[in-house]
Amino acid sequence: MYEIEIRNLCKSFQGKDNQVDALKNINIDIEKGDIYGIIGMSGAGKSTLIRCLNYLERPTSGQVIIEGKELGQLNEKELRRERREISMIFQHFNLLQQKNVIDNIVFPLTLQGVKKSEAREKAFELLAKVGLEDKAKAYPAQLSGGQQQRVAIARALSSNPKILLCDEATSALDPQTTASILSLLKQINKEYGITIVLITHQMSVVKAICNKVAVLENGQLVSSGKISEVSLPEDKYFWIDGDSQLPKHHARAERIEKVEVDNYVG
Amino acid sequence: MWDSQVTNMILEGILQTIYMSVVSTFLGYLFGLPMGVLLTISDKNGLRPNPVLYKVLDAISNVVRSVPFLILLILLIPLTRLVVGKSYGSTATIVPLVISAAPYIARMVESSLKEVDAGVIEAAKSMGASNVQIVFKVLLVEARTSLITNATIALGTILGYSAMAGTVGGGGLGDIAVRYGYYRYQTDIMIVTVVLLIVLFQIFQNSGMAIAKKLDHKKK
Repeated sequence: MYEIEIRNLCKSFQGKDNQVDALKNINIDIEKGDIYGIIGMSGAGKSTLIRCLNYLERPTSGQVIIEGKELGQLNEKELRRERREISMIFQHFNLLQQKNVIDNIVFPLTLQGVKKSEAREKAFELLAKVGLEDKAKAYPAQLSGGQQQRVAIARALSSNPKILLCDEATSALDPQTTASILSLLKQINKEYGITIVLITHQMSVVKAICNKVAVLENGQLVSSGKISEVSLPEDKYFWIDGDSQLPKHHARAERIEKVEVDNYVG
Repeated sequence: MWDSQVTNMILEGILQTIYMSVVSTFLGYLFGLPMGVLLTISDKNGLRPNPVLYKVLDAISNVVRSVPFLILLILLIPLTRLVVGKSYGSTATIVPLVISAAPYIARMVESSLKEVDAGVIEAAKSMGASNVQIVFKVLLVEARTSLITNATIALGTILGYSAMAGTVGGGGLGDIAVRYGYYRYQTDIMIVTVVLLIVLFQIFQNSGMAIAKKLDHKKK
């Protein structure tokens, strides 16, 4: 059995006078312990796809099956329960600005009604795991981007998820920080056996940690499989977004990043 | 003419003004806060869109806000009599103050809650938070600073409105200003009440802002 099965997934958005097909008949199988990268340019449908995996977006048709359980069959309450097992981290971290680091990590457990002392103990353990023991009382606004993402990772792990979804988790970070966050993700994947699905527009990220990859283009799956077997359109994804104003500058930034990530993780 | 009787009257006026403003603001939030929360979540991009509920609340809020306070004060006299038993004095003034303030407060609450980062709400959803949990543990907590800032503005506005109630025997400093300054041409008493109103306003404003700033962890 696959950990995540995506079957004939379609998602359309109703525009003012036209329908936009964001995802067209997507099929992906993800095994337990995979670090599965989904790569594509802006507007390819990556964000929509990853939000279908925890039903933050409801697919128009098709199925998402997590450990044999089809999400579309669940009612609201069952879906919320299922979401506790599927954590998510974001490009802009999305930490609660008015809560300090430890209360942010405790937050998912508070939602589940876990006892406060128990939750805090777990939170301190995870804070040490992400290397921020000394920041327990700090507020997100006092932390750097990389530190905030570490807190977000600790928060995501607090509910003992089996799956971690990463929505452009390193896109707002500089190359060194990206490399350290990626190696943290790799470590989590190994230690806890958590399946990771990440979406990115950076080829370097995929190459650094993914064992499998799917290439998304205009809402369609172009190719997918083991990273060694998929031909990756290197040039096309070499520089960042299609809507970038400064392709040259980005190309250089990306190249530096690639080298640094490879050095660090490799 | 400036004797202990006048001093006592002014002291009582201060207390009545504080009483009217604070109680009206509190009761205004008792109705306005839930109304603002409902406006936020029933809006089309809200947690649980409900066009009918939104339109009804929207209409109530706009109708009440479009009636000038002085007219509302007179229009509501029968209701005030029903609730308080009489239509003059500071307790009676609280009724129209609350009814006029609640829709304003609801609108301010709505705008505060809509400032909360959509990404944080999405993160809470991804953790399996219910809508009730999102309202109480995310929206109201993250919007705290803005809510307190707006409550300070509400308190200041209600203070001003309470003085307006003085024209129809509403009690408080406004009442004194109208009776002595307008009807008896005792300008000195009127000036004293105006200065006191300004001082009260400053105290409310500064303490509200200080609390808001102290509780804000976003910029430090």
